[in-house]
This record gives sequence, C-alpha cells and structure tokens, in this order.
Amino acid sequence: MGHAALSGGFRDAPIQAAHVFRAAMTATAQPGTILPVRGATPPAPLSVAAGALLLTLCDGDTPVHLAGKLDDPSLRDWLTFHTGAPLCDPQESAFAIGEWEDLAPLNRFSIGTPEYPDRAATLIVELDKLEATGATLRGPGIQNEAKLSLPDITAFQDNAARFPLGCDFFFTCGNRLAALPRSTKVTR
Amino acid sequence: MTADQYNFAYLDEQTKRMIRRAILKGLAVPGYQVPFASREMPMPYGWGTGGVQVTAATLVPDDRLKVIDQGADDTTNAVSIRKFFERTAGVAVTEATTEASIIQTRHRIPETPLREGQILVYQVPIPEPLRFLEPRETETRKMHALEEYGLMHVKLYEDIARHGTIATAYAYPVQVEGRYVMDPSPIPKFDNPKLESPAIQLFGAGREQRIYALPPYTQVVSLDFEDHPFDPSRADYPCAVCGAVDSYLDEVITDDAGGRMFLCSDTDYCGQRQAAGHTGTEGAP
Repeated sequence: MGHAALSGGFRDAPIQAAHVFRAAMTATAQPGTILPVRGATPPAPLSVAAGALLLTLCDGDTPVHLAGKLDDPSLRDWLTFHTGAPLCDPQESAFAIGEWEDLAPLNRFSIGTPEYPDRAATLIVELDKLEATGATLRGPGIQNEAKLSLPDITAFQDNAARFPLGCDFFFTCGNRLAALPRSTKVTR
Repeated sequence: MTADQYNFAYLDEQTKRMIRRAILKGLAVPGYQVPFASREMPMPYGWGTGGVQVTAATLVPDDRLKVIDQGADDTTNAVSIRKFFERTAGVAVTEATTEASIIQTRHRIPETPLREGQILVYQVPIPEPLRFLEPRETETRKMHALEEYGLMHVKLYEDIARHGTIATAYAYPVQVEGRYVMDPSPIPKFDNPKLESPAIQLFGAGREQRIYALPPYTQVVSLDFEDHPFDPSRADYPCAVCGAVDSYLDEVITDDAGGRMFLCSDTDYCGQRQAAGHTGTEGAP
C-alpha cells in the first residue's frame, strides 16, 4: 500500500460526513437536484463527489464493486484503508461505482426481494457532464417535473418499471452529485 | 462527562452510516419500512428513540432544531430531546416552525405549512399499519410484498358497519403513491392531508427497528370508500386562547362540574396568533 492511499479522507469525519449525507439525502428526496459536496480527495480518476459518497455510506457492512478502470490498485487501497469495505463482484455488491459503460449490464446487480426491496444495490455513476437538461423526471420528490442529463433512458425506464424493486443511482461529476431513485419515472 | 466528549450528535459514525443507508432506501421506496439496527439510547424505548436516531443521523452543525410533543414545544419529551441535541450536537434550537430546518415531532404535524428544505422527523411507536390485524411479522411482510391490503379495508368497513362511520381518529392508514399502505404514526387524522408536503418526512421507530420516509410532494391518500369519503374531522369550537378555527384542538377539563375548554395543540401556532393580536374567549386582552 502506497502513501497516497493513506491521505484524501475526511479531516473531521463526523461533521464532513454529515454534510455529505445531507446532500445525498436531499438529492435522493428531490431527484434531479444537483448539489456540491466536499471533503474527500480520492486518487484519480475517482471524482471528489464519488469519493465523498463512498466515505459517507460505505464500511465493513457494505460490499463494494469497482467497475472498469476504477478497479485499480491505488483506488482499491484507498477505499480499503478509509472505509474497510470488502471489494466484490457486481452480484454481491451493496454499492457499485464506475462509468456507465462499465456498469452495464445492470441485471448483474441486486434489485432486492419483494419482502425486502431495500436489499438492492446503489450504483454510483461517474459522468463527464451533469446538468439539469435532457431526460424528464417525474415522481415522488418532484413537484411537476425535473430535467437531468442521464446517460441512458431505457435502462432507467426498465428499472422504474420493476418498482418497488430496482437499483438506486447517484450520478457524480467533479464535486457535484445528483440522484435517481427507482421511484422516478423517466421520459425523453 | 462534558458535552464535547460525545461524538457529534451522540451516535458513533458506523451507526450513523447504517441509519443513513436505511434513510436513503426509505426515500427510494416511499412508504416501505426499512429494517435497521436500532441502538440503545439514553432514554427508554417509547420516548422517541427512533426519531432521535434519525435526527442524529440527519443533523448538520448549522441546523436549527425544533422538537414538539403533541404540538407543544414545552412538554417533558420535547424539552429533553431538544436539550439532548443542544448538548451533544451543539445545534441551535427554536420553537418557531418557520425558523426550524429540522423538526422532530411526536404525534402532530405543525399547523404552519412546511416549506421545501425543511425536514420533519416523526417518532413512531408501531410502524406496521397491519400489526393489530395480523400479529405475525412474516405475514405482514408478505402482505406488503403482494400488495394485499384487503384486510385493512375490511377493518374500515367493520367500523362503518358498527359505528356508521370510520371510527379511526388517529394513526389513520394511508396509501403512498398507490403502493404501500403506511402508518403515519399516531397523528390525528386531521393532520393526514398535510402528509403531502414540500418538506422531507422521515419516520423512525426505535423499539420496532424500522425507518420509512416520504419525499416531498409524494402522493399520500387516506384510505376510504366512495360512499364514505375520508373526513379530517376537528372539534367544532374556536381556540379559547387565540380564536383559531382552523387548528387542531386539545380539550382541557377546567373543573369537576363539566367545565372544559378547547385550545390549539400547536403552541407555536397559537402563540404566533396571539402575538398578531388574535384572541379567544379565554385569551388575555
């Protein structure tokens, strides 16, 4: 394990994690809302927002899947040192992180069971751009409609069609994040 | 032990992460009860341990916290929980609904409409709306999975058959986004229409180890029948202190000869109205 893995965590975990969670909760409760977060400086190419989410939500109880090029030694070391989260395959993961192409196909991830729909994976999708344009979102948390630059449409429509089962998504870009829970209906 | 020796908001970080994950799943599946590993808190079960754990996991240092117990800011439960977070989280507190960023509540929704950005945390005793109809958790879980809510309608129907009207006056069951039937906690049914709110609503049941949630603007329908529509009833009096005719009232017995008066259960709302010059029959001139 290199030196780099030991730095880049929260300096004041209780306070910084509280702020990041508040942003993640607001984003989940109001899909389409884009919020800034800070406090984490993970090794490249992981974004600040994705790093902050992992530090806030992951620990030894949450298997994490690193997809595609994020599955590299420096990132594995960083995540293991700061969160203690076990690394795993998509099938076992509580959280998965990667670029959209690397996370596909989505049917590898847990969607929960009819008795326990909460036992579904949360996917953190790293995007090159994150803007309030593009796909139209409707559903709980949205007064009329919201817009978000989603990387796909059909995949999210299929996911929402399974409600109350399905995956939940965070989108991260630089220091900003947004969320798309399974309850949101997506149209073009 | 001094207050600065506690971790921020009392709970340890791993506990908060576990609660936070449950809150996010609760928001993603509105109305579904997410199991969580409820902790022992420095207060007995039944005094709001679920609400306290949800509040602790949600607070940030710049929050302003309001705590109400049956609408009142000045009762034992409200005062002690407010002091608990003043001491362990160092947050500012308020009694004014409009100034609060987080409101923890026992059994009421404030009269003053909530706004976007506010968070309402409910203390829940029995989160399972079907529990008194079916005591087995394995069965109620299956009923939710299969969306099998006929039993609840039978219960409401039997109310009508026996009393001529739906006799459930509090913890009145609701259906969320046409899917999960949910217990709104023992709020009076007068408050049910306020469940469709711009605020984020989080429900914590400590003893029963469940967290559930309503994102803003989520559709929440009180169960009823076409010929017996839902009626958010209210005592037919004005508040004796502030004269309000639109608030939920507490009945107060004033002597042993049948004397009584009705006054707002929401102390902040009543106080604001008095400050604005409204007065009732018993109000100070």
